[in-house]
Amino acid sequence: MTLEARDLTLPGRLEAVSATLLPGEVTAIVGPNGAGKSSLLAALAGLEGGTVQLDGRALVDLPARERACAIGYLPQAGDVAWNVSVETLAQLGRLPHRTGLAEDSAEVAAALAALGLDHLRGRPVGQLSGGERARALLARVLAGTPRWVLADEPLASLDLAHQQTLLRHFRALAAEGRGVGLVLHDLAQAMNHADRVIVLSAGRVVAEGAPDTVLDEALIGRIWGLSGRWLGEPRARALAC
Amino acid sequence: MSGVRLPFGLGLNLTLLALLLLAMPLSLLAGQVWISPFAPPVRNAVPILMELRLPRAALALVLGAGLGATGAAMQGYLRNPLADPGLFGIAPMAALGAVLSFYTGYAVQPFALPLFALVGAGAAMLLLGLVAGRSASVGIFTLAGMMIASLSGALTSLAISVSPNPFALSEIVTWLMGALENRGWHEVWIALVPTALGLVLLARCGPSLDALTLGEAAARSLGVDPVRLQWLMVAATGLIVGSGVAVAGIIGFVGLMVPHMIRPFTDQRPSSLLLPSALAGSLLLLVADCLCRVIPLAGGELRLGIALSLAGAPFFLRLLIALRRELA
Repeated sequence: MTLEARDLTLPGRLEAVSATLLPGEVTAIVGPNGAGKSSLLAALAGLEGGTVQLDGRALVDLPARERACAIGYLPQAGDVAWNVSVETLAQLGRLPHRTGLAEDSAEVAAALAALGLDHLRGRPVGQLSGGERARALLARVLAGTPRWVLADEPLASLDLAHQQTLLRHFRALAAEGRGVGLVLHDLAQAMNHADRVIVLSAGRVVAEGAPDTVLDEALIGRIWGLSGRWLGEPRARALAC
Repeated sequence: MSGVRLPFGLGLNLTLLALLLLAMPLSLLAGQVWISPFAPPVRNAVPILMELRLPRAALALVLGAGLGATGAAMQGYLRNPLADPGLFGIAPMAALGAVLSFYTGYAVQPFALPLFALVGAGAAMLLLGLVAGRSASVGIFTLAGMMIASLSGALTSLAISVSPNPFALSEIVTWLMGALENRGWHEVWIALVPTALGLVLLARCGPSLDALTLGEAAARSLGVDPVRLQWLMVAATGLIVGSGVAVAGIIGFVGLMVPHMIRPFTDQRPSSLLLPSALAGSLLLLVADCLCRVIPLAGGELRLGIALSLAGAPFFLRLLIALRRELA
């Protein structure tokens, strides 16, 4: 079971990109601004067309509902147009499913419980803190019980504690056997929390593999133009620039 | 997409239904000639009820339901509480069609006026398709609608300014104000069938509109086909607004005010707003038309379109101020 892009080209954004996400792993997609990270993630979610395959089948050929049930996508702009409650927000994740109210309610309750949002289920999203809102948006994705969870900069605008909480949730999802793809800006987070990283630059993949072998100081210098040095122990590293 | 859900807000819908059942007999009895079941019989009461007030009330129910539900759907589609069914430019184009029927003199022929208006609505839908193409961008679509509305407005003004005679000019201006006065059963049927079809289409849009709450990208990831949704919305709006304009002229603000008043009583999902907005739209139009009949005015009745604009414009301004405060 894989979710992969094969020689994916999106004119002006991605050039012959091949990247594979595996179940049970957290894959971080990193790169400078404009490298094509969000485009790759959206393509893997089936939103851009192109040569993306899910379990060997072309994503463009899959019925939209089947694709939506398999892949949960959390876009960068986590806006919510109406001031719905946390529970209603999570229920939106059940839209592609046709499993009936009982199962819908059970999955929504499970998603809210997994993210510690039980006590906030009736609260309007407009009254949530940044961290609660980020978890509520993730609960919407999880309520859909996707096999693949793709999140575009899910940690943006969160404080350190909430970043760590959310990262732990993503790791727990991978431990359940789901494939997780994250667009990240913070290389230390990619180093400490991802099983694999895909490094993009100017629309091309420049490196892919385990973070401690790929994200070396030479590559950081070449791609980001920074002279950085890794400090600390494995899984608890910090990048000093 | 899952289309089957237990109706949310059953209490709200039942309350609105009860209010409608209460308002309906009142609307039949009220008017320049009051018909009271407790007073001595009024001369010609039966024809007044059956030929004048009942079709008029039925038309208010049909048009109100259509406009209310279309407004709720448009706000969900555009993710904006200030959106209105008129934004696609279909109503002004339908109005232009009707104005042309007065201009050319065909309006005196039976069914010519609604036919011209429906052709106008169809032309607006076609034009939207040509301009927006398959881009499916909500922004381009809205701008295309606004331009069509602007063009229709200009052509309507042109038709008025070069009107062939004072009678046609008077007919055009009076008709543009929007009213349910002197409408009969054939107008009810002209509006009923397209409105019912349009409401069915809007109901099918419900789950997709819910998904749009999360933005276009997230909605697509949930399986929404934006092109299909766009055309369902255009077809539904065209049928409802086009047929409404065809029989009653321009009646604005119902689609703006009703969903906004109803939203606090729902879970705020666009789909759970559709049915109560339809019921509340019927109620609003029924009550407003009733008031237009009983408010004394020199020279006849207050026009329904004018009355709703008088109520709707301050409502819209209040909404803008509230939104400004939220953004501040």
